[in-house]
Amino acid sequence: MEWLIEFPDLGTSTLRNIRLTVDGAFREFTRAYGESIELLFEPVKWFLINSENFMTDMPWPLILGIVAFLVWIASRSWKITLSSVVVLIVIGLFGMWEDTMKTIAMTFVATVLAIIFGIPIGIGMSRSNRVQSVVNPILDIMQTMPSFVYLIPVIMLFGIGKVPGLIAVIIYAIPPIIRLTNLGIRLVDVDVLEAADAFGSSSWQRLKNVQMPLALPTIMAGINQTIMMALAMVVVASMVGVQGLGQQVLRAINNQYFTLGVLNGLAIVGVAIIFDRASQAYGKRLQRHTEVVHG
Amino acid sequence: MAEQHTGIGISIKNLYKIFGSNPEDYVDAVKGGMTKSELNEKHNHVLGLKDINIDMPGGGIQVVMGLSGSGKSTLIRHINRLIDPTAGEVIVGDEDVVKMNETELREFRRHKTAMVFQKFALLPHRTVLENSVYGLEIQGIPRKQQEEHARRWISRVGLDGFEDNYPNQLSGGMQQRVGLARALTNDAPILLMDEAFSALDPLIRMDMQSVLLDLQKEIRKTVVFITHDLDEALRLGDRIAILRDGEVVQQGTKQEIVLRPADEYISSFVREVNRGRVISVDMVMTPLSGEPQGMPVRKGTVLEVAAKKMTDSNVSMAHVIDREGKPVGALDIHDVISAMVTPVDHETAA
Repeated sequence: MEWLIEFPDLGTSTLRNIRLTVDGAFREFTRAYGESIELLFEPVKWFLINSENFMTDMPWPLILGIVAFLVWIASRSWKITLSSVVVLIVIGLFGMWEDTMKTIAMTFVATVLAIIFGIPIGIGMSRSNRVQSVVNPILDIMQTMPSFVYLIPVIMLFGIGKVPGLIAVIIYAIPPIIRLTNLGIRLVDVDVLEAADAFGSSSWQRLKNVQMPLALPTIMAGINQTIMMALAMVVVASMVGVQGLGQQVLRAINNQYFTLGVLNGLAIVGVAIIFDRASQAYGKRLQRHTEVVHG
Repeated sequence: MAEQHTGIGISIKNLYKIFGSNPEDYVDAVKGGMTKSELNEKHNHVLGLKDINIDMPGGGIQVVMGLSGSGKSTLIRHINRLIDPTAGEVIVGDEDVVKMNETELREFRRHKTAMVFQKFALLPHRTVLENSVYGLEIQGIPRKQQEEHARRWISRVGLDGFEDNYPNQLSGGMQQRVGLARALTNDAPILLMDEAFSALDPLIRMDMQSVLLDLQKEIRKTVVFITHDLDEALRLGDRIAILRDGEVVQQGTKQEIVLRPADEYISSFVREVNRGRVISVDMVMTPLSGEPQGMPVRKGTVLEVAAKKMTDSNVSMAHVIDREGKPVGALDIHDVISAMVTPVDHETAA
């Protein structure tokens, strides 16, 4: 009865052969195309390095001013603006200014890239059920696959460094913006779309004048989620060589520095709250037209 | 009278619409006499419209009336092809809308038609002004010109001062005024109104009907108006077509429909109508024989008014005159009164 207890697997040698074949093939691929793929990501690397340099080289009062200005533009709320400045000052006082700047730069770059790639993919999904049925399972994989697993091929291709970290962050953080762009467009009122058609809109005019503006609050919620998930990934990203607050947390874990861990963890939370409140307030302002004033 | 018929006429010919996965397969069967229920039960397809033939003269208001499910909203969407027909022709001016390709259809919708919707269908993120310019904006007309046109129509429908409000800040009646302004700003010769006033309170509905009738004296567009309300149909329609289960049961002027309902279905509708306010003296006058007698009554006067005039001046005979004052017929008070009273057979039928 042993065959009932032991699951009849393919056998050790077959499994080992499968592993070796796939690994070998991927290694060949890396050798053949690794350099050209790395070249392909050169602009991304440039963008990331420059954002980081900008944040770290700029005098700190100027950064505070810029952050306060951007938060004010987005939220138009003194409360949120002032709290953001206070949070950053406290972070600075505890000696985490430079790491925080690096983390903000990383999050910013990851979010911008996620928006650039995510929104068009989301639009594509909303326009075709077939595209949706292909993209959806891929998004499921991206969100549930442990990040370390997809880090393996990325590291094989790029080695340790900023770019593989950025790729890992984007893979993890891009699904919400794709999903919510798709959802937002699909939820646009069919009556309004019919009106747009009746006046002779082309499909681009439909997208630009009706679908995107009406889906924007939903898309903003997606951007907000993307930012939060990007921040959540900084610790994992630090394992492949991304500098910033995550690296300090990693150091704290390795050496059991409780205070260092808590302080850097709280700094990540602080940055997250600034991003979250500002982007949510902006999303809410976009919906001003939905206020019902009259009956 | 010449300018009354400057608009583009619409002619719907042998139009069929079947909803389902393979509608083409069943057109011939339906043409051969398959009924709606047979099509539904045996083949799981829904017969939306069956052999519709309506001629809508340019510059007039054509009302299509029917209860919900009669296919009237489906029918109006065939005129600008928001819905594709299964078979048939929709001739607008001298073009067949059904044969247009995508580009031609878009141009046709931009320049020839404008539509007003039951649920208003305004763009909620745009102000009244920005909503009104929508048709011109997608035509690529300069912004200044768009706004000039839009402001004129916004003012004409009585929304002065609300240009910068969002639709949500307005009441239902005002929102539909925006819908009307948006359609009129487009300056298309055909105005399609799909139950445009059905969502409004009765008083506001009357008000909007007056706005439309007032405007129509000036703009003389070909208006297709969908409604489920007979009073509204009689008030607005130059011509009325009545739809039931996707078929036209009767069409003609409102007087023809009130005086000579084609079947029991329609007579049950018109039973409650105040005939004195719908039927005009033209329908009951007899040809002139000899000299015109009694007092003159203008052509087009409704019976109620004519009867009041005649009894006030205590005469039993009158003659009908046209616009130039030429006598065209004779009028007997007995005919006037008997036409005003609902026929007895309808009473007993109820």
